Amino acid sequence: MRVKKENAEIAEADLTPMIDMVFQLIAFFMVLINFAQTESHDEVKLPSSQLIKPPDQPFEFPIVLHITQDATVYLGGKDYTAETLARGLKMELAVAAAQQMGPSDANVIIRAHRNTAAGEVQEVIRACQALDFVNFGLRAKEDLGQKGPG
Amino acid sequence: MKIRNKEDATKTELSMTSMIDVVFLLLIFFILTFKIVELEGDFGIKMPLAGSSASTMDDFDVPIKLRMEADTDGNLTRMRLNEIDLGTNFDTLRGTITQLVGNQAGPDAEDGGPEVEIDTDFNLRYEYVIAAITHVSGRKDGDQIVKLVEKIKFAAPRR
Repeated sequence: MRVKKENAEIAEADLTPMIDMVFQLIAFFMVLINFAQTESHDEVKLPSSQLIKPPDQPFEFPIVLHITQDATVYLGGKDYTAETLARGLKMELAVAAAQQMGPSDANVIIRAHRNTAAGEVQEVIRACQALDFVNFGLRAKEDLGQKGPG
Repeated sequence: MKIRNKEDATKTELSMTSMIDVVFLLLIFFILTFKIVELEGDFGIKMPLAGSSASTMDDFDVPIKLRMEADTDGNLTRMRLNEIDLGTNFDTLRGTITQLVGNQAGPDAEDGGPEVEIDTDFNLRYEYVIAAITHVSGRKDGDQIVKLVEKIKFAAPRR
């Protein structure tokens, strides 16, 4: 029997719409990604507040302190306690002194976990005050409408 | 003139496969590094060490005292504002502050307006402190923020 051989046609899918979509997605994620504002810390869940609005301009000399639930203080990747924090702060001040800035120019931004004991946060503030820091910022995240204190 | 050597109309086809590979890699990279950004902001507090600066300047200008008490788990049990018992209701706190502050100059006044001193139990959870600061420092009127008190300080921590 003779089999009639069909034309060996390669079925090619039209890739254009898929590539369009994929490029759209890439563009979307590229626009939304921001590497700059990664000040966050995995162990810190900020409390929320309705009155929060992002600062108009970035601080000139920010010192970000992350305080976790067990009252460990992270400053620049190293961990301290409220008692040993002065050492880390002095290093920051040494860096700032090279740019003719003192403790009164600094903004100490406190990113404390929402369940941290308030007393621990106050101890950290005390430690900063002992080194003549004056400006503090208690960081909170914007309240998106969920119920809870704040 | 007739052109003899007409070239074959060869269709040059781009190989899509490698491009799609790369594009998918990019896409996966961006998806994995994507994190929804939560807006963050600060409550600015100017707080020199007590007694170091001009504390004698305004002896008569006594701050409003907010006392916050906590149970052993760190939950708020009671708030008192200048000995007025507020329970645990933050809206009452805001109302009372509005009454107290209403007849004084606002935060735009020269001396910065009234001052609130927050005195908390040591183990009170920090989110309650932020909630209290929120309700003391203002309220949201639509999209506008109405300021009440801008000067906030902490009493000495209780161990």
